[in-house]
Amino acid sequence: MYFMTELKEGLLISFRAMRGNMLRSVLTTLGIVIGIVSVTLMATAIEGVNRAFARSAAAFGTDVLYVSRFSWVGNMDWALIRNRRQMKVEYASKIERQANLSDAVAPVVATRRRVYRGDKSIEDAFVSGTTHQYINAAGVTLEDGRFFTAEESNGGRPVCVVGANIVENVFPFEDPIGKVIRVAGHPYTVVGTAEKQGGLFGIFTADNRVFVPLLSFESKFGGRRDVTIQVRVADLTQMEDAKLELEGIIRKLRNLAPGKANDFNINQQELLTETFAPISLIIASIGLFITGLSLFVGGIGIMNIMFVSVSERTKEIGIRKAIGARQRTILLQFLIESASLCLIGGVLGLAIAFPLSLVVDQVLPTAMPMSVVFISIIISLVVGVVSGFLPAYRASKMDPVEALRYE
Amino acid sequence: MNVIELKDIVKTYEMGGVEEVHALQSINVSIGKNEYVAIMGPSGSGKSTLMNIIGCLDTPTSGLYQFNGVNVSEMDDNDLAKVRNKEIGFVFQTFNLLPRSDALHNVELPLIYGGIGATERKRRAMETLQHVGLGDRVHHKPNELSGGQRQRVAVARALVTRPSIILADEPTGNLDSKTGEEIMALFQELHDQGNTIILVTHEADIAGHAHRVVRLRDGKVETDELVVKRKNHPAVQAS
Repeated sequence: MYFMTELKEGLLISFRAMRGNMLRSVLTTLGIVIGIVSVTLMATAIEGVNRAFARSAAAFGTDVLYVSRFSWVGNMDWALIRNRRQMKVEYASKIERQANLSDAVAPVVATRRRVYRGDKSIEDAFVSGTTHQYINAAGVTLEDGRFFTAEESNGGRPVCVVGANIVENVFPFEDPIGKVIRVAGHPYTVVGTAEKQGGLFGIFTADNRVFVPLLSFESKFGGRRDVTIQVRVADLTQMEDAKLELEGIIRKLRNLAPGKANDFNINQQELLTETFAPISLIIASIGLFITGLSLFVGGIGIMNIMFVSVSERTKEIGIRKAIGARQRTILLQFLIESASLCLIGGVLGLAIAFPLSLVVDQVLPTAMPMSVVFISIIISLVVGVVSGFLPAYRASKMDPVEALRYE
Repeated sequence: MNVIELKDIVKTYEMGGVEEVHALQSINVSIGKNEYVAIMGPSGSGKSTLMNIIGCLDTPTSGLYQFNGVNVSEMDDNDLAKVRNKEIGFVFQTFNLLPRSDALHNVELPLIYGGIGATERKRRAMETLQHVGLGDRVHHKPNELSGGQRQRVAVARALVTRPSIILADEPTGNLDSKTGEEIMALFQELHDQGNTIILVTHEADIAGHAHRVVRLRDGKVETDELVVKRKNHPAVQAS
């Protein structure tokens, strides 16, 4: 009760004081406004970078499971793996029929071959044999043309879809659609081109690839290769369930008795996100630290003006002490004043930062995280209390006799 | 029991750490309930220092100060603040009102620091302002009031906590003589209602309103005597 009365009185006093020094209050608060704007915008930009990464990771196929004999990570006994039975192409259609949590399945075999047209060539292109389902079971988007159809796939037609690197190197000046390229001597007609993905790890991008129908691949480049089955999970949030379901289906297909270890691995591109997480953290820390400096400068401004305010009001402090204000009361009064200044600055800063974040959104798709809004409010309060403390403490410790004598 | 009991009060200031100034040297004064005392003396006599000590704004270097039987000479700042809030009403020469607050809020202030709830506070502040004749000026800010009215607000602020003493430091110093007499008449009225009043002044005719005059010189009590010929004073005769 007593505290509430003091709090109310403190608020009243600080609003009177702010109104009494409108211009000065506005200028001081500006420091906090700028600080909060820069911090929140930085947080929003970092959010944007994270989102952008999540999106491109999705393009690499975060929602795609890669079933193969090997694990991408970890050291496994090679002898053990070598003796594992091969993955079979026909698993793909069976998985597609049985899996509820996955919506596209494509078997993929690959080899490295020279791809050329006339004197333009590219050595060591990845040639992938797959089905028409591939376009749905990978993060590849088409730039132009189309992916090969079910008919072309089932008929093993000599058609292909090429990645951006192939286009750049083999078709530097012409439209590749409809043109014939040779893959290790065999002619393939280009029906589509894949969008450039940019290489984080060359092997994960489609840029250096030539996709051909699986049947054609087997007849031209040989069968009995290791097959990877790419399975796209319908709902990313059910990734773990989908993995379990897939595991069960494949165990059944491979007639594994209960209790026997898997003789295959389900890989996913977590590797990328695991690599990015610490990088993102470093960027965020440095960015927020640098913008945090501007908030710090704003806090110093508040502290400075509170010192001015305290010495200007020495007489008032003396009067208040004479009629019974305790040290705590005076301390609280000035703390409330600086906290209110900062809080107003924080709210104004958010009000300015929000439309600006919409501008940022145009360049780097993002949104101001709700947590940033709350944290900004709390930070501005904390800045107010911290930077107001020294001046307020000085005020509270004033000798009433000296203060009353002050003119 | 006396309200104020000062025994061997000494106040020494150190000037630059070398020179010592003996502002008060062994002051012995007792003031009883409902007394009307003037503390007089030329400047430099130590009367301001004595007033600060009596008003619990400062503590003596040595000696014993008992206020209503409680030793306040060794209290810390917060306890002194409590005593000032509850037991002492200050009236200053320069009024010392808060310029941004209206009369009502100025009078409410000691009650706020005393932790009195809003309704009770407003009621008592209004009542006290009416008492000093400012019932129609409660929402005026100090700069909208005349000097005499400001001093009345200050008196109301001093009175509102129903303190044990009212301590007035040159209360008419910034007022013309007519307004000054009005304020002195108000003090007389407050005294008649049972308040204990201590006036600090260097003007003999102001001190003449009191029933007892304590004269200081060079930090010592020079004389301490009752005023006998009160009835002949012009202010009393006029009223």
